[in-house]
Amino acid sequence: MKKVLGTIAMVSMMTAGLGIISQPACAKEDLSKVNVNGAGASFPYPLYSKWAYKFNELTGMKLNYQSIGSGGGIAQIKAKTVDFGASDAPLKHEDLEQNGLIQFPMIMGGVVPVVNFQAAGLKEAGSLKLSNELLADIFLGKVAMWNDEKIKSLNPSIDLPALEITVVHRSDGSGTTWIFTNFLMKVSEEWKEKVGTGSAVSWPVGIGSKGNEGVANYVKRVDGSIGYVEYAYAVQNKLTYVTLKNQAGNYVNPSIESFQAAAANADWENSPGYYVVLTDQPGENSWPITGASFIIVHKEQANKELVQAMLTFFDWCYRNGQTMATELDYVPIPSNVVEMVEKTWSENIVVGGKSVWPKK
Amino acid sequence: MKLWNSRSSLNGSDFVFRLLSAVCALLVIALIVAVFLQLAESSMLAFRQFGFSFLLSQKWNPVTGNFGAASSIYGTLITTLIAMLIAVPLSLVIALFLAELTHPVVSKVVGTCIELLAAIPSIIYGMWGLFVFAPFMSVYIQPWLQAAFPYLPIFKGPKMGIGVLSAGIILAIMILPFITCVIRDVFKMVPAVVKESGYGMGSTTWEVTHKITVRYGLTSIVGACFLGLGRALGETMAVTFVIGNSHRITPSLFNAGSSIASTLANEFAEAADPLHLSSLIALGFVLFIVTFVVQVAARLWLRQMQKSFGGGL
Repeated sequence: MKKVLGTIAMVSMMTAGLGIISQPACAKEDLSKVNVNGAGASFPYPLYSKWAYKFNELTGMKLNYQSIGSGGGIAQIKAKTVDFGASDAPLKHEDLEQNGLIQFPMIMGGVVPVVNFQAAGLKEAGSLKLSNELLADIFLGKVAMWNDEKIKSLNPSIDLPALEITVVHRSDGSGTTWIFTNFLMKVSEEWKEKVGTGSAVSWPVGIGSKGNEGVANYVKRVDGSIGYVEYAYAVQNKLTYVTLKNQAGNYVNPSIESFQAAAANADWENSPGYYVVLTDQPGENSWPITGASFIIVHKEQANKELVQAMLTFFDWCYRNGQTMATELDYVPIPSNVVEMVEKTWSENIVVGGKSVWPKK
Repeated sequence: MKLWNSRSSLNGSDFVFRLLSAVCALLVIALIVAVFLQLAESSMLAFRQFGFSFLLSQKWNPVTGNFGAASSIYGTLITTLIAMLIAVPLSLVIALFLAELTHPVVSKVVGTCIELLAAIPSIIYGMWGLFVFAPFMSVYIQPWLQAAFPYLPIFKGPKMGIGVLSAGIILAIMILPFITCVIRDVFKMVPAVVKESGYGMGSTTWEVTHKITVRYGLTSIVGACFLGLGRALGETMAVTFVIGNSHRITPSLFNAGSSIASTLANEFAEAADPLHLSSLIALGFVLFIVTFVVQVAARLWLRQMQKSFGGGL
């Protein structure tokens, strides 16, 4: 045993000797020999690839991220075929412990209900108000016409047409669906009983379309439709989003600020394994359907050089990648949460029993 | 049963070559068996949980872990049926035109176009179906169908342009080139002597076509149709885009449905729960069996037909 430890120490000394580790985190260093493999959620894929590209320019580190879906990412990291997994739905604390994993939030986003009333000439985003219960009732099929009294009473200024509501949902398993159904479950008892939360659920009504772009396309085309997409898709496709009522009772518009408000008000500290679902969070300005995307790694690592390069990358993303994130309509993790995450790294991630973060 | 026709004198290299080719051929069988076993093993969990009701239940609920294949099987069969109903007659007519009725140059040009259609990736058909064909359906074809057949339940429902009927039509367009090409070649192989004797007897073009040309190549034509059928049963991407993906069985062809392949394409990536995964694999297993049974039935039927009708090809 002593001999093994000795060898590990020697190896790490050798790598240190190569001049890879001794520099501060954000400086340019040569990581061109390092190849990091990750797989999982498709929601953060555009951002991860942009970050990886930029980081590669700075350090030479190669990151290969395959957006195979959250379920796939979890399976791959458990099987240790990748260096990190990514998932839109957090793993439960027990599940993490069982497999010797830790997870931390990397980026956030918001899910936005979008509508289309060509007939009513309603084009301005955010002009339609819906309460949470009403949104659940629509997706349950209980409210089937746009001129329903319940919708009318919330929106006295809009001349709502006698138009059938067409619900559009995701057909593929998706983290977006997970976040959206989690929100509906929190605000509606009936939804909790009949449908529940999942990356794919048994939808009471509606048509399914593949991917955010598929839902956006259907909603754009079908008059009287309502669907849900990631914020970026609503913005890019100029869809008419809905104003929702949050826990504090305010009607809020979806925006980077209202997503961040939800994240800032969440109780990260008392949630083991960062098991925080950002739906229906307290706060004056919190958007009620916000979600974080998680990175999952093994606690016990074998290759010090690789794990340190990987953590350097994540650290760089947290600190230097924020502008890139907001440019792509993602929401950066608040800095107090970043500090907590990096503390988790130093306490949990080890190579041969020794902490590898922060780099010394 | 011998693997090859044995000849008494086999020299060394010949033997090695024969052995090699036999191994390659057996590899195909080994693959089929391996796929079968793997599917059977991985779907065991679902079959043990739900038993035979897996095939009959319409429920598909990943949250409660309650799975049934009925809606997917129904969707697969109904879209394939629509595709065949459209594609087979159309292919026959196109093939006849190409082989019999037109100038060879025209035949060559149109024939090449049809072969090109076969080379288009299915994802392109899917995108085209979603962005171009579905709006066209909802604006022109579906209102017309509802107006023309107001009492038929199969044409009731929302006119969204997506759903079972649209998926069937897209499938028809996709399998059309396969069937057409094979049938055209079959028609071209009908000996001129046979046809000319028909004309010599004073038959019209129509009579020669349906009593001689089609009859002569009947078994091959049916074979071509089964080739298309096999493709339609398993087609994934194009169907996923336009079928609407809901796990419900409804009488209306305008409503959304799902096929086995589309369900797999949609849910496989995010299926983390073992029972969900196993149920999806069980769906794949069902598709495997359906395709297998269809092919075997086709073979048997062809043999039967060959006996009773004769025919030259």
